[in-house]
Amino acid sequence: MKKVLVAALTLAMAAVMLTACGKGGSEKKSEGVMTYAEYDAAALDSEVTIEAYVQAHQSWWDNKITVYAADKDGAYFLYEMACSEEDAAKLTPGTKFKAKGYKTEWSGEIEIADATFEFEDGNYTASPVDVTSYLGKDELKKYQNQLVSFKDMTVSAVSYKNNEPGDDIYVNFTKDGNEYYFCLEYYLNGSDSDFYNKVGSLEVGQVCDVEGFLYWYEGPNPHITAITVK
Amino acid sequence: MMKKAKLCIVAATMIIMTLLSGCHGSKGLPEFEIPEEFDESRSYEITFWAKNDTNKVQSDIYKKAISDFEKLYPNIKVNMRLYTDYGRIYNDVITNISTSTTPNVCITYPDHIATYMSGINVVVPLDRLIDDPKYGLGADGVKFDSPKRDEVVPEFLNECYLNGECYALPFMRSTEALYINEDLVKALGYEVPDVLTWDFVWEVSEKAMEKDASGNFAVNGQKVLIPFIYKSTDNMMISMLKQKNAGYSTSEGDIEIFNDTTTELLKEVAVHAKSGAFSTFKISSYPGNFLNAGQCIFALDSTAGATWMGSDAPLSDIAEASKKQFTTVVRPIPQFDVSSPRMISQGPSVCVFNKDDPQEVLASWLFTQFLLTNEVQTAYSETEGYVPVTRKAQESDEYREYLSLAGTDENDHYIIKEEAAKLLLNNMSNTFVTPVFNGSASLRDAAGALIENVTKAERRGTKVDDAFLEKMYQDVKSLYKLDSNLSGAMKKESMGPLPKASVILLTVLAVSWVMIGSVRLMQILKKKKEEKTTD
Repeated sequence: MKKVLVAALTLAMAAVMLTACGKGGSEKKSEGVMTYAEYDAAALDSEVTIEAYVQAHQSWWDNKITVYAADKDGAYFLYEMACSEEDAAKLTPGTKFKAKGYKTEWSGEIEIADATFEFEDGNYTASPVDVTSYLGKDELKKYQNQLVSFKDMTVSAVSYKNNEPGDDIYVNFTKDGNEYYFCLEYYLNGSDSDFYNKVGSLEVGQVCDVEGFLYWYEGPNPHITAITVK
Repeated sequence: MMKKAKLCIVAATMIIMTLLSGCHGSKGLPEFEIPEEFDESRSYEITFWAKNDTNKVQSDIYKKAISDFEKLYPNIKVNMRLYTDYGRIYNDVITNISTSTTPNVCITYPDHIATYMSGINVVVPLDRLIDDPKYGLGADGVKFDSPKRDEVVPEFLNECYLNGECYALPFMRSTEALYINEDLVKALGYEVPDVLTWDFVWEVSEKAMEKDASGNFAVNGQKVLIPFIYKSTDNMMISMLKQKNAGYSTSEGDIEIFNDTTTELLKEVAVHAKSGAFSTFKISSYPGNFLNAGQCIFALDSTAGATWMGSDAPLSDIAEASKKQFTTVVRPIPQFDVSSPRMISQGPSVCVFNKDDPQEVLASWLFTQFLLTNEVQTAYSETEGYVPVTRKAQESDEYREYLSLAGTDENDHYIIKEEAAKLLLNNMSNTFVTPVFNGSASLRDAAGALIENVTKAERRGTKVDDAFLEKMYQDVKSLYKLDSNLSGAMKKESMGPLPKASVILLTVLAVSWVMIGSVRLMQILKKKKEEKTTD
């Protein structure tokens, strides 16, 4: 009987753990730090304190850095966070940090502004979530700022912000008859000229799988990080 | 022994001269001298850092200008690098000054040139080039029909003077305009006057905040409404102070912005930030996006952004489904005294960077001058609510025809764009610029930060009172290096390279001291020799 009880308990615990993993494996936050759910529910213009892991960042400039971050439950966009050049070099993908700032909205993009941060111990890199089925639906916004993927997208237009290489590249894709606007953010891409050239040379009609951070500007406007031309 | 002494004297003289020439910053480039003749047997490759307003037509006009210029001067190749942000150009130029890799020609703001001039002979003074009988503005040795000095709008050319010397040519000029959703103003029971006061804008904006039973804003029936959005808050602060005749800065670089009028203005801004009737581009987004969605009544932006304004704007970032149909009217920025309107003059200027090769600089000057030809001026100005900087272009048949066709289509002759340009054409004498000195760019940033900080504070539940403002002033002074000591340092730097007379005086003094030292050294050596002989 005891054996049966132990086995049942073990199975129950395993089931609980598996369920937790299925939800992304939420982790306990430090004292005074919001869970992602609390952050998500926080009012605009309120002060927020989060713990997250760097997924990518734009170029450091003028003692500020714009960071794409995530924990296991959701993602954050920290716009122009105060940061020294020395610390910017340490904000490599996976690095854990705690940040305090204000939750704001800019053209639909939910972000943390005027943030300061400190490094913490830990490492996590998110895997892209396939959100193709949410294109054109309200549910897509729930994935804002996360690393996401879109499958079988057809290139409908490619243009440079300045009409020539050297700045952002705008890439439009169609899927099921609807057009969606993506962007290669120049300051996110950094010095990866191979990827820049690859995106710049996409041709209308090509079918691609696309990965990127789900940025928002008057609607979904993913910042492309990877493309596979099929 | 005498030989060694002489060697010592020569060496000492060289060291002192080197140290002297190293004073007042780095050694720098030699002063630019205009070559007597442009050497067309040689080839030149010059770089041009340009700025556009995320408007692809502007990029094409730059390209055409370069192509047309290269046809006239096949020995000059112009390589263009495009920016969409003045701040980035400024940052890159600063970085490249230290490595002597500045571009040859650069779109810029006079505030920025003041900083570039911290280096010796970095930026070419243009007065002698402008008036050069062979290669000057409108001179015979130039292969195109360039405007003469007196054909450049004097107000615009004067903006390019620093310390009494011209360091840039104006390229385009714009001002700010109030783009108004007239339907919403009328719905609130008002008529749009020809010139609006600040009180009018605040009153209408507050009235628009009333909500209906379902929680929507009554005037637009939407969940979102920001009645008044200002794009450039540095201009907002500067313009309000100018209209109030209050302190901002002196031309010598004395910082005057932290005054009672500023405090009074910020308290007013705080009231409307708290109610949600006012916001800024940095906090909320582009005024045009809200205007076109029927979510803003007063969108204040540059006349150079006019193609993004209004229901039928040729450029737009918002979805078609979000656009609302309404009547857009264009007015000057709000005023404290409608009988004496004041508005800022802004827009790109062009400066020429010095190089070791005067021929290369002359090639750069020729291209700079080409940017003032009628064809470039009219084409570029027609892309936005800019106006040409020369009377020659403003009075040309082509430009007059362009203005006469306002509203005949929704692209080239988009009515809002042309009305924005006319607003400036009709108010050129009402424009002003702020004093330029090394540090004026920083002061401008600080002016905007005051508005942004107050607006953010109220939105975030912090009361803007005297204590808040006092602390903010200290923080802003520190962040933008505007405290009295640093201001003094800025003023010192703003003096630029030492005048020739001072250099000559210092050199004479140095040589005198070297001579005195040499005589004394020779006396000591002679005495030692005599002592040695006696021993």
